[in-house]
Amino acid sequence: MKTLAVRALDLVQGRVDMSHGSGGRAMAQLIEELFTAELENEYLAQGNDGVLLPRPNGRLVMSTDSHVVSPLFFPGGDIGSLSVHGTINDVAVMGAKPLYLAAAFILEEGFALADLKRIVGSMARAAREAAVTIVTGDTKVVERGKGDGLFITTTGVGILPEGLTLGGDLARPGDKILLSGTLGDHGMAILSRREGLAFDAPIVSDSAALHDLIATMLTSDARIKTLRDPTRGGLAATLNEIARQSAVGMLLQEGKLPMNPTVEAACEFLGLDPLYVANEGKLVAICAAEDADRLLAAMRAHPLGRRSAIVGEVLEDAHGFVQMATKLGGRRIVDWLSGEQLPRIC
Amino acid sequence: MKYVDEFRDGRLASQLAASIAREADPSRSYRLMEFCGGHTHAISRHGLADLLPGNVRMIHGPGCPVCVLPIGRIDQAIRLALERQVLLCTYADTLRVPASGRLSLLKVKARGADVRMVYSIAEALGLAQRHPQRQVVFLAIGFETTTPPTAVAVKQARALKLKNFSVLCNHVLTPAAMHAILDTPSGTRLDGFVGPAHVSTVIGSRPYEPFARDYRKPVVIAGFEPLDVMQAILMLIRQINAGCARVENEFIRAVTPDGNRKAQALMDEVFELRDHFEWRGLGTIAHSALKPRPAYAAHDAEARFGLEYRPVSDSKACECGAILRGEKRPAQCGIFGTVCTPDNPIGSCMVSAEGACAAHYNYGRFREPSTGTHAPALEDSA
Repeated sequence: MKTLAVRALDLVQGRVDMSHGSGGRAMAQLIEELFTAELENEYLAQGNDGVLLPRPNGRLVMSTDSHVVSPLFFPGGDIGSLSVHGTINDVAVMGAKPLYLAAAFILEEGFALADLKRIVGSMARAAREAAVTIVTGDTKVVERGKGDGLFITTTGVGILPEGLTLGGDLARPGDKILLSGTLGDHGMAILSRREGLAFDAPIVSDSAALHDLIATMLTSDARIKTLRDPTRGGLAATLNEIARQSAVGMLLQEGKLPMNPTVEAACEFLGLDPLYVANEGKLVAICAAEDADRLLAAMRAHPLGRRSAIVGEVLEDAHGFVQMATKLGGRRIVDWLSGEQLPRIC
Repeated sequence: MKYVDEFRDGRLASQLAASIAREADPSRSYRLMEFCGGHTHAISRHGLADLLPGNVRMIHGPGCPVCVLPIGRIDQAIRLALERQVLLCTYADTLRVPASGRLSLLKVKARGADVRMVYSIAEALGLAQRHPQRQVVFLAIGFETTTPPTAVAVKQARALKLKNFSVLCNHVLTPAAMHAILDTPSGTRLDGFVGPAHVSTVIGSRPYEPFARDYRKPVVIAGFEPLDVMQAILMLIRQINAGCARVENEFIRAVTPDGNRKAQALMDEVFELRDHFEWRGLGTIAHSALKPRPAYAAHDAEARFGLEYRPVSDSKACECGAILRGEKRPAQCGIFGTVCTPDNPIGSCMVSAEGACAAHYNYGRFREPSTGTHAPALEDSA
């Protein structure tokens, strides 16, 4: 296809202006020289309003997620990699193999094209590493002051094999609760960057695509009932959601929860409870009690699950309380988050 | 984590629990008030009640800055934000305190008022420097712990000749509130106090002497870690059993008899006593709060904007008053957990994590006979 523009986009000094969302030549150039160049694949190359995909072999799982994280770049990732990991994980915790992503960008007038290129490059890398293809997208531009640099919405599609059903409503009393690693790394990485807090060992986001870990878990033959990634609202929100869906209670063991010591110290320092802080590369698994050790071994054998632990169990409880046995020897409720602990975390 | 794990050690906790159980006299009850919201939060978050015998009951005191702030004071801040278009800064918890007309600072923020959540008053001062065309007001709340930073900021504002920074001062005094609780004729029976941690680092342990001497109430100043609280409970039980009333200091790693003299001097330089101040739950108490001295009137939002104080009564159904005085437990309020929840607080005790109602709702409501499957009945003899 013939090149549209006489002069290439200035990806060093250039900035997004209103014409990049106008539907005119400038928009076509932005898509061609930045988005398509970074994300290059046969589906995007179709260049139509929608993408034509091959017939899937299995049931479809679909999920969508908007990303508004501030700051856009943080230790361990950026809004680009986060937008890929976040949606892949939402598809993967359904038990599905993620295949395709769609990405929609809302850009603020004045946003640096160099930053945009870096972010789209990061998305491309994250998708490539996860063997997922970004097959279609959209770009809009809003006036300066009407956005905050960049928002990204990604939608993912995956294939769920016949015979496999996972869900938040399948937890039963006696089941064990497993967690794939340390709590709160993503939220505290964002917060420490935002508040300019410096620690001896910097806190790095755990943002990661979990589908390969999940594939390993599913081949362990453990009877997994529920998988979920504890993002906003942290582990507390995720367990309360499951407890409500399954009409059960839960009992966590505080002493079993894996924590990175720096994250623990940062939470203590800021008065935050790590149970409520967001994660972007962790999952909660609920499985039959007799299979818990086998599942734990499978999780620990995977690089993203090395610090996995059995952290609690499902109880019968008409009130649906998630409780925790504290290290001190008492009990407390681990309730839903009320209000807003940390805005704009993902 | 160093210096934290040591104070939350389950093995030491069970040893302390055994000592408390051994020394508590089964023929009587012990009604101990932890004054501070920080203690209330620690007790609830670590499930400390499970380690105490049934006849040792902790009564949550009024030491939660958000909880004792009356509606009229939040209304003042709302008026400043809505009618005077100031840039209003405050701590996160204050944003959710219910005010008149079903408003809160969070709700007026959604209506377009410029309300900002800050982690410290220094951020508010920074905003004033960066926005010289805007009037920046910091809604200052808190006991003696947060007062010295406010004093520093006011002094800095004057040194920087800032014409756009002022403080809506709601700093209150711990000993005054303790006097008010003990002086309430219909008040609840209290056998002793777990004394404040951070407040005492500033004011020292001496200001509590009158409670031991004149009211015969033992006071043990304790740190905010759960083992601190358990150790203080044991020390109180020993005093009560021996018929003593002394001020003891469990928190010797941070509290001295005289406190932080530099911080006290700063407070004295910038602030003076108000003749009286309305507290939520405790009513109007003479000489119980501070305001900037006339020399700092330029940085006193009440003086700068000519604010009047209009008292507003609390919702009739809300029992925050009786709860703050220790006369009722959160679950004894008719709207606890039904109409009034942390997501939709009616009273201020349900707002802050340090508030008695929020702490009980968030951490302890499984203990209520009506809601819990593991619910030992709570001893409640006054």
